[in-house]
Amino acid sequence: MTDRAPTPSPAADTLDALRLEVAAIIVEALNLDLAPESIPADDSLFGEGLGLDSIDILEVALVVSKRYGFQLRADNEDNVKIFRSLRSLTEYIAAHRTA
Amino acid sequence: MTPHTSAALPLLTHRTLTATVAWREGCPITVGQFLADVYRLVRLLPAGAHVLNVCADRYRFTVGLAASLVSGKVSLLPSTHTPETVRQLVAFAPDAFCLTDSQPCDIDLPQCHFPELPPAEHAGEVPLIDADQLVAYVFTSGSTGSPVPHRKTWGALVRNVAAEADRLGLHASDPFTLVGTVPPQHMYGFESTVLLALQGGGAMWAGRPFYPADIAAALAALPRRRVLVSTPFHIRALLAADLALPAADLVVSATAPLSGNLAVETEARMQCPLMEIYGCTETGQTATRRTAQTAEWQLFRDVCLSVEDGEVWAHGGHVEQRTMLSDIIEPTQDDRFLLHGRSADLVNIAGKRSSLGYLNHQLNAIPGVLDGSFFMPDDEQADSVTRLVAVVVAPGLDHAALMRALRARVDPLFLPRPLLFADALPRNATGKLPRAALEELRRQLGGGSA
Repeated sequence: MTDRAPTPSPAADTLDALRLEVAAIIVEALNLDLAPESIPADDSLFGEGLGLDSIDILEVALVVSKRYGFQLRADNEDNVKIFRSLRSLTEYIAAHRTA
Repeated sequence: MTPHTSAALPLLTHRTLTATVAWREGCPITVGQFLADVYRLVRLLPAGAHVLNVCADRYRFTVGLAASLVSGKVSLLPSTHTPETVRQLVAFAPDAFCLTDSQPCDIDLPQCHFPELPPAEHAGEVPLIDADQLVAYVFTSGSTGSPVPHRKTWGALVRNVAAEADRLGLHASDPFTLVGTVPPQHMYGFESTVLLALQGGGAMWAGRPFYPADIAAALAALPRRRVLVSTPFHIRALLAADLALPAADLVVSATAPLSGNLAVETEARMQCPLMEIYGCTETGQTATRRTAQTAEWQLFRDVCLSVEDGEVWAHGGHVEQRTMLSDIIEPTQDDRFLLHGRSADLVNIAGKRSSLGYLNHQLNAIPGVLDGSFFMPDDEQADSVTRLVAVVVAPGLDHAALMRALRARVDPLFLPRPLLFADALPRNATGKLPRAALEELRRQLGGGSA
């Protein structure tokens, strides 16, 4: 038996770290003039939010597939959901990564 | 409409009604099924004589186009679908309606939703379309605030695409399928994925593969001959992905010049030739080159270039009106030329074309903008996408409000990155804005790497 204080769940911890990592990938791949930690987790990545378009999505997807070892596919409805926000993209990567 | 009698040309050139004209959801669609779909849609189209066909599914777009042709309706092909563009379309053609397959569709026009069509076989004739029939108005952004319409008749389009099919070696005797990463509403996709399938006696892939893995899967799902119709940007992404690529029989690229290196690598990885197409909305396609082997472009048969006072004009062949080309062109011999870039006012981002004149007009039309100018930064690179920069004088507006206003007017690809605010623009004594001065101002304002 141990008497360690309760810690936040490791899963949430990892997801937060991954989200920052993904934010950094977006900023670097697209040469954006902002700090990765300033991208709100739940804001839209398209349109009124970060203002990304399909060209950007392809650039980000290239880096994501190399870094995390899986290919993104658009032939399901998920594509819009995946890139809806930084959080949704992060969760998708966490569920599909092989690297 | 015309006093002389003109030839009627068939909608498609496949030899039998059982030939394949499209692949959709993994299944071939025969010419008979296609014609049955066309005639059923004809009966459902509203009365308006102008159609904005925004169907994302390439097969549905093609059924919509054919139904419009059969019922004498004219397709409207603007370069973008922003609210401002749709307003301008209504002014141009007040009876316009929108044919759509997306639910919901936010285009502000009367909408006709593409119906669910159960399988059926048409047993009639292939429609003949009068060569003089007006098929479409294709819009370019022009150099002022209003899009400029370009008339496309059936005869000219057929002649153009027949020349393309000949040059690319695509004929009904050796069936082929076109997999396009470009939309059917864009002039390049319209000609090289829709009309080329109909007039070359081949087939189209109904989807529009987006990610590299989608492109590879689409090609792998098809019998040979399979042809990838794409752009330098998508091809670069495809090769950069760590994917085993299926062999193709031809890769076609257009919308921006491809580098020789990327062409050589593409031919090696895809195990087939890569042909680049040169053209513009006004003239359609006019030349090709096999970029891995030569930098010289070869004109389509009967198309000529003439140099007059330093300006290059295209005429002959399918080019209905003598057209001044807005690229910097050096004729070399007979039917060959070199391309040295585009004129200063034109911008082309990932295959979408606009002009700085048009974009500046839109920017300066926003209430609160006192002065503003777009420009293309110096760091453009081959095969990749460079974004525009805009500098604006708008003391009462913040960044978000101005971006929102711009978004309603111009295509997202042309939105500035970055959008910089200044107290004044470096206009010279004649009111002009030298590019060097804009670059210098950008550096002072801290926008970008130059």
